[in-house]
Amino acid sequence: MNLTLKIWRQSGSSDKGRMVTYRVEDVSPDMSFLEMLDVLNERLILEGDDPVAFDHDCREGICGMCGMVINGVAHGEQRATTTCQLHMRHFEDGAVITIEPWRAAPFPVIKDLVVDRSSFDRIIQAGGFVSVPAGSAPDAHAVPVPKEDADAAFDAATCIGCGACVAACPNGSASLFTAAKITHLGLLPQGQPERDSRARAMVEQMDAEGFGGCTNTGECTAVCPKGIPFDTIARMNADYLRSASK
Amino acid sequence: MAVTGAVLVLFLLGHMLGNLKIFLGAGSFNHYADWLRTVGSPALPDRTLLTITEIVLVLAVALHMWAAVSLARRAAKARPVKYAAKRRSQAGGYATRTMRYGGVIIVLFVIWHLLDMTFGTVNPEGGDATPYDRMIAGFQPGRWWVGLFYLVAMVMIGLHLRHGLWSAFQSLGLTRRPRVRNALRAGAAVVSAVLVVGFVAAPVCIMIGVVK
Repeated sequence: MNLTLKIWRQSGSSDKGRMVTYRVEDVSPDMSFLEMLDVLNERLILEGDDPVAFDHDCREGICGMCGMVINGVAHGEQRATTTCQLHMRHFEDGAVITIEPWRAAPFPVIKDLVVDRSSFDRIIQAGGFVSVPAGSAPDAHAVPVPKEDADAAFDAATCIGCGACVAACPNGSASLFTAAKITHLGLLPQGQPERDSRARAMVEQMDAEGFGGCTNTGECTAVCPKGIPFDTIARMNADYLRSASK
Repeated sequence: MAVTGAVLVLFLLGHMLGNLKIFLGAGSFNHYADWLRTVGSPALPDRTLLTITEIVLVLAVALHMWAAVSLARRAAKARPVKYAAKRRSQAGGYATRTMRYGGVIIVLFVIWHLLDMTFGTVNPEGGDATPYDRMIAGFQPGRWWVGLFYLVAMVMIGLHLRHGLWSAFQSLGLTRRPRVRNALRAGAAVVSAVLVVGFVAAPVCIMIGVVK
């Protein structure tokens, strides 16, 4: 496959940045999207150019490090897939592919396609934890949890914090990320003592970071590589309203 | 957004039911309009219900617009650098994308509607005619462009409510369980459709001459 890539290049946070066009030839359809970028970078290094910086770690879709907006869609158009698990067979030979970093004020660009997602860490630090000594893994039947709650909590807990929800949201809101943690802990017995203060602290931190407000467009859950359900945002709103009414 | 929107939807339901009285004839429609002015009389002064409604509606509209503008401004601040590629919607909610410009169209429509049916400024019969005569005169086939504007505005309101109603349930945290969520989502679509059909019925019937 031969491709034309239009990639966002930005040497640092003070650089204005620009789109640069590259040709990549002889790409195998079996390569992942990141491997295709590796091919480009090997060539750039040999030619003495600066390789395209992008975040990645496990490359098996579970760590949440990779992520870029491909042709205007976070992680590309393949549903429930991280960029590292997106394969070139989903693109056509001769395609022109636009590659951009996550765009949000609380996600400043560090270099090229790498953004600083510390704002997510601060949202978690604000309340995304339980303060009880959890100890080692308890027996499965020691604390009974209704099956429906256990399933919903687990679905929410699969969030890998990649930030695609923010990138896709027309409002630049971090509601799905924040709601996933609030739902995960709020549905389980261990999360009950801090349920109200958690919702309030995490929502306030999310707003303080400069994320936009949720208008329920559903773009977040559509691009989420883990398919975090939209219902989690309703649960966050309910917990937040509950804490505000106390 | 959710609370002020709910107030406006409740008003629209009442307004639509009142409009349908036009099918019961001039006497019934004018009597209903008169009743709205004199309800509670003589214990309450004239226009008590109307004045309360007007105050609540003006407040609700103002707060609704203020919330919408704040959300749009926060969104603009949260994404100072735009995407170069055209952002392609993955959620497929057409109604969702009409909310902001649709809201502006609805405001313009409401201004015209008040000038037409309440104050009679732009109505051929003027403000002194009975409500029934104003309604009939306003939608004569010769003024087809007024009818068309009404139809477009009603479709905009329908789309606005289809997303708005469901979105209000979500914002108030009522859609936590899939079963409830699906029911509320369907309910939002049904209420929006009923309101559009109910509001469009009278103008269309006047335009095609069924109601004279």
